[in-house]
Amino acid sequence: MTAYLLKRLIIAALTLVLASMVVFAVMEVLPGDPARLMLGLNAGADQVELLRNQMGLNAPLLLRYLHWAGGLLSLDFGRSYTYSVPVIDLVRERIAVSLPLALIALALSTIIAIPVGVFSASRQGQAGDTLAMGAAQLGVAVPNFWFALMLIYLFAVWLRLVPAGGFPGWGAGAWTALKSLILPAVALALPQAAILGRVARSALVEVLNEDYIRTARAKGLPYRAVLWRHALRNAMIPVLTILGLQFAFLLAGTIIIENVFYLPGLGRLIFQAITQRDLIVVESIVMLLVAAVILINLLVDFSYAIVDPRLRGRQ
Amino acid sequence: MRLWKTILAAAVLSLAAATSAFAARTDLTLGIVLEPPHLDPTAGAAAAIGEVTYANVFEGLTRIDDNGQVQPALAESWAVSDDGKAYTFKLHSGVKFHDGSAFSADDVKFSLDRARAKDSLNPQKQLFAHITDVTVVDPATVKVTLDGPQGSFLYDMGQVAAVIVAKGSADGNKDKPIGTGPFKLDHWAKGSEITLVKNPDYWGTAAALDKATFRIVPDVAAAVPALLSGDIQAFANMPAQDALGQIQSDPRFSVVIGSTEGETILSINNKKPPFDKLAVRQALASAIDRNAIIAAASNGLGKPIGSHFSPGDAGYVDLTGVYPHDIAKAKEYLKEAGLENGFSATIKLPPVPYARDGGQVIQSQLKEIGIDLQIIPVEWAEWLSQVFTNKDYDLTIVSHVEPNDIDIYSRPGYYFQYDNPKFNDVIKALGSTVDKDKRLELLGEAQKILAHDVPAVYLFELPKIGVWDAKLQGMWTNWPIEADDLTKVKWTD
Repeated sequence: MTAYLLKRLIIAALTLVLASMVVFAVMEVLPGDPARLMLGLNAGADQVELLRNQMGLNAPLLLRYLHWAGGLLSLDFGRSYTYSVPVIDLVRERIAVSLPLALIALALSTIIAIPVGVFSASRQGQAGDTLAMGAAQLGVAVPNFWFALMLIYLFAVWLRLVPAGGFPGWGAGAWTALKSLILPAVALALPQAAILGRVARSALVEVLNEDYIRTARAKGLPYRAVLWRHALRNAMIPVLTILGLQFAFLLAGTIIIENVFYLPGLGRLIFQAITQRDLIVVESIVMLLVAAVILINLLVDFSYAIVDPRLRGRQ
Repeated sequence: MRLWKTILAAAVLSLAAATSAFAARTDLTLGIVLEPPHLDPTAGAAAAIGEVTYANVFEGLTRIDDNGQVQPALAESWAVSDDGKAYTFKLHSGVKFHDGSAFSADDVKFSLDRARAKDSLNPQKQLFAHITDVTVVDPATVKVTLDGPQGSFLYDMGQVAAVIVAKGSADGNKDKPIGTGPFKLDHWAKGSEITLVKNPDYWGTAAALDKATFRIVPDVAAAVPALLSGDIQAFANMPAQDALGQIQSDPRFSVVIGSTEGETILSINNKKPPFDKLAVRQALASAIDRNAIIAAASNGLGKPIGSHFSPGDAGYVDLTGVYPHDIAKAKEYLKEAGLENGFSATIKLPPVPYARDGGQVIQSQLKEIGIDLQIIPVEWAEWLSQVFTNKDYDLTIVSHVEPNDIDIYSRPGYYFQYDNPKFNDVIKALGSTVDKDKRLELLGEAQKILAHDVPAVYLFELPKIGVWDAKLQGMWTNWPIEADDLTKVKWTD
């Protein structure tokens, strides 16, 4: 187990180094000059040059990479060109929106998906199964920004139960802040639940055909107990894999939903930083996300061991 | 059933709460599409900086009003020397910056000297290029000397980048703007909203609003429900597009179409063959049908223009008839240039609806005379580096929103690559002319040269689509400069 852990950690570290090089190189290749973007059409070439010098953009490439990567090692993520505040402050503000949103969406999606998957698998081929999987198909197919707009028109414009968008900040009170995350979380969770439900169903169907399930039934265990205790637990590995992927996606890939609800999340920060060529912000946040994804994958690997005791003893 | 009752009750309750809140309302939430990168108008060109801060947080010696006229601001009056070279400004007394420090002539000297300094990063440094000296006469009087008479000097001192800042706080203005205006920054939740509150120590007429919040709504589709739900009560310029009809028919909202200084043009690389030939540019101008472009690119709201000048400004000459839409004539021009079989070229389109939508119409219109346009979509950052800085383009569509910017055609190295000595002479004469009538005459002459010589094809003036709660008063109709001046905005009941 220790050797396995060590190996995983070394791979993770190498992935991080490689990712930092790729991220830095890609941002360098992108056309566009942050200094010109800031100063606009009327500024002279000499002013742009002056600002480039101030921002350290004229230093040699390798030097800038080392400076940036060295900073990351000591947890210094640099200063944003446009906002001129430390990148870590920006991230801290945004993660306060993105993390709770991702967690709520993930919880919602799990709460919906697992029962639906169990329901469908236990009625394989019956009308209920067809109906549930048809709904899931629809959930995958409906574009989430459209679904989000429908939610806004129903709950914000017509019923006026929640705000149409925006985020008042946690300082405005937990309930006020949560209220503005409900619709985005639902809009995010439904397509995820649809995918997860389908995965849960097919994993369960496979397990339900195993010999040991027949044995369990044969020795007289009630169907419910077999389904929830014996079958579901064994079907959890593909479900956990998808959950891990979804969480990574929900953390930063929610830019469309963040735009529709104008939430100040991480996805929008990256998008904005790319359009403004705030290179340091993009580079540092992408690296943070890479680290987060690697961490989530590690956690998923460990959770396999929890649900499947056989994996615990393995090297 | 019980659930429905609960929902209904909640809806009724929240409606009631919303209605009673309207009674003595002194707060306003405005929607803006782009978030300012920071809040210092003397250090960045982004229009959103001025939208939030101009006249609200920061003030200049003079100010530009809704109609584009120069009004006194921090300077209560001024005198001009007989040779037109020296301006003596009499300043208001008792003015305080938001941090409590007193405003005086020293701050004016500091601000102007800082903007024109060698290492200045002011995005409109050219506004200060003619200043040779700034002298503090006494704490309430400042004298500015120019290298020659400047016709637009008082206007320029009212522009966004010419606001007065204090020495002690200038470096921190990006994050904590310290101005003299009727509002001061309360809180900026980055990515979300910027909140201004009334400045209780304001020297002039106090604002009617106690609190104004600029909320960033980046998505067009989200703007409409935000307005309908009452979360946002005003868009100074709404990205309404197709939804405008829906809002216009709703009596709760006022829809006010105004003008801007945004000349939307088909820019031409004048040094790149075959566009270096006048006949080719004339062919472009004749092949283009402005009305079709306006219908597609601006909901039919933009005003057609025939030169680089806003129809709302004094001195405007209607030159839309110089090259009327005429396919046969356009083909003749191409023949004259020896290109009767047409040619192919590229058009780079920045990520704004007017350019992306307009570009497609222009592509199909130019096809009729045998010009095969390849559309290349670009982001702003790419546009700035490829088109604007490196001049690597054939055609592009862009709106030039800076006020009174007809002189850009005489700037050496500008991305049009246009060089016409006759035009340059007119601009030079204009710069040093102070007499109003003479200026208008010269402006007319400049417009005519551009209209006939076609360094760019002039399409339309970008409209300002103001949408706000019908009970709201005092919002700007026009955008002579991009500013959401809230000093006179108030709720009517």
